Amino acid sequence: MDRKIRVIIGKPGLDGHDRGAKVVAAALRDAGMEVIYTGLHQTCESIVEAAIQEDVDIIGLSILSGAHMTIFPKVLNLLKKKRAEDIILTGGGIIPEEDMKKLEKKGVKKMFGPGTPTTEIVDWINENVRAKSKKTKTKKIKKKTGKNRS
Amino acid sequence: MKNEDISIKMNSLKKLLKGDKRIIAQTISAVENDTNTKILETIFPYTGKAYHIGITGPPGAGKSTLVNVIAKKLLEKNNKIGIIAVDPTSPFSGGALLGDRVRMTDLALQKNVFIRSMASRGSLGGLASKTKDAALVLDASGMDYVLIETIGVGQVELDIAQVCDTTVVILVPESGDSIQAMKAGLLEIADIIVVNKGDREGCDRLIMELKFAFELRDKQAGWHFPILKTIATENKGIEELVSAIDSHRAYLHKSGKLEDERKGKLMLRIHELIEEKIRAHLKEKIIKEDELKIMIDKVYKRKLNPYRIASNIAKGIIKSQTRRK
Repeated sequence: MDRKIRVIIGKPGLDGHDRGAKVVAAALRDAGMEVIYTGLHQTCESIVEAAIQEDVDIIGLSILSGAHMTIFPKVLNLLKKKRAEDIILTGGGIIPEEDMKKLEKKGVKKMFGPGTPTTEIVDWINENVRAKSKKTKTKKIKKKTGKNRS
Repeated sequence: MKNEDISIKMNSLKKLLKGDKRIIAQTISAVENDTNTKILETIFPYTGKAYHIGITGPPGAGKSTLVNVIAKKLLEKNNKIGIIAVDPTSPFSGGALLGDRVRMTDLALQKNVFIRSMASRGSLGGLASKTKDAALVLDASGMDYVLIETIGVGQVELDIAQVCDTTVVILVPESGDSIQAMKAGLLEIADIIVVNKGDREGCDRLIMELKFAFELRDKQAGWHFPILKTIATENKGIEELVSAIDSHRAYLHKSGKLEDERKGKLMLRIHELIEEKIRAHLKEKIIKEDELKIMIDKVYKRKLNPYRIASNIAKGIIKSQTRRK
């Protein structure tokens, strides 16, 4: 069976504007994905923990507070610490272009600026998750079904 | 190669039994996405220890919020708690927005809590078809309690009662009158009834009417159905609710019903699985979709009828079975 893509949409930190996050969450839902929404004012720790428990393919963070240069690297770090670097990190918000570039260099897979059509985000996620699962699929099948494969 | 595979498997099994959250999460995904039941067969011997509590009720009644406060109360006694929260999958897009976590942020970083959101994926009974299997995974991982929250239900989404030892039905003051309370369906699966948002108008009246309706049932069941008032957002009435759950558990133990009911549920599960497998087999191997498609034109023009076609095909299958014996 085709595995459903699972995404967590998080609002870390103190900014209370979640319209963008909700628009993206709804668009991903309409594209057939399972979207976990965390609600406002989450810590980086709680988002990473939720991502692990929900076994998501992607974390999307929406940040409009200006704290992006702190929050994204922190989430990357936590993922590394929890050995969950295979979860793809992406995000968007009111973020200057040069910062977006810096973050992408640091390991955020892609940043989406204001005005991005939701279809572009959907396509990007579809493409990247499929690519990822192709890579890990052979490994996983062996692990999960064990004996009867050999 | 073979040895390596087995050792990987044993290794993750060990981690699962110890409650490694990453492994629990990945195992749930595996049982959710795979029709292969090997994993479930492996973990089944380690299950049967957790106590299952079901929380159900109409949309917006406060199910997630109540799960949040119940879990917090249970945590005080050092319990390990697994939570499964189900939200509906869109029949149009196949997608889902899973928002139950929003009400459970207090629990997000608790070491002894594991929360998993599940999409119903076409199942109509208030749960996802794989919720039972996910609950088994949590059970095997050493949880003392598994709390299962259904999607917002109406009157007949009753699957939860087949999974849980204690089923709590949450209503709100706006839920209706004594006639609603006497109808078949949702209230029949309740072991405990909660009227949440108890600060709203009409709460006491509803509780009175529910008490009246349940008086008629108390005598038959041997369990006095508690009807409780809570205000989940203010943490009011939660102590009483948790102690009602405890009493129900004690009642099930003492009366021997826990074992009987669990056996009944396992029996049901076996039937379900047999039907699932046979249905899949019929669809894949026996029923020839192309032949049916040829006939459908004649059925549409009323030259053949669906009843005769179905019974002929079924007779053929049954005959070939008995011949084999």
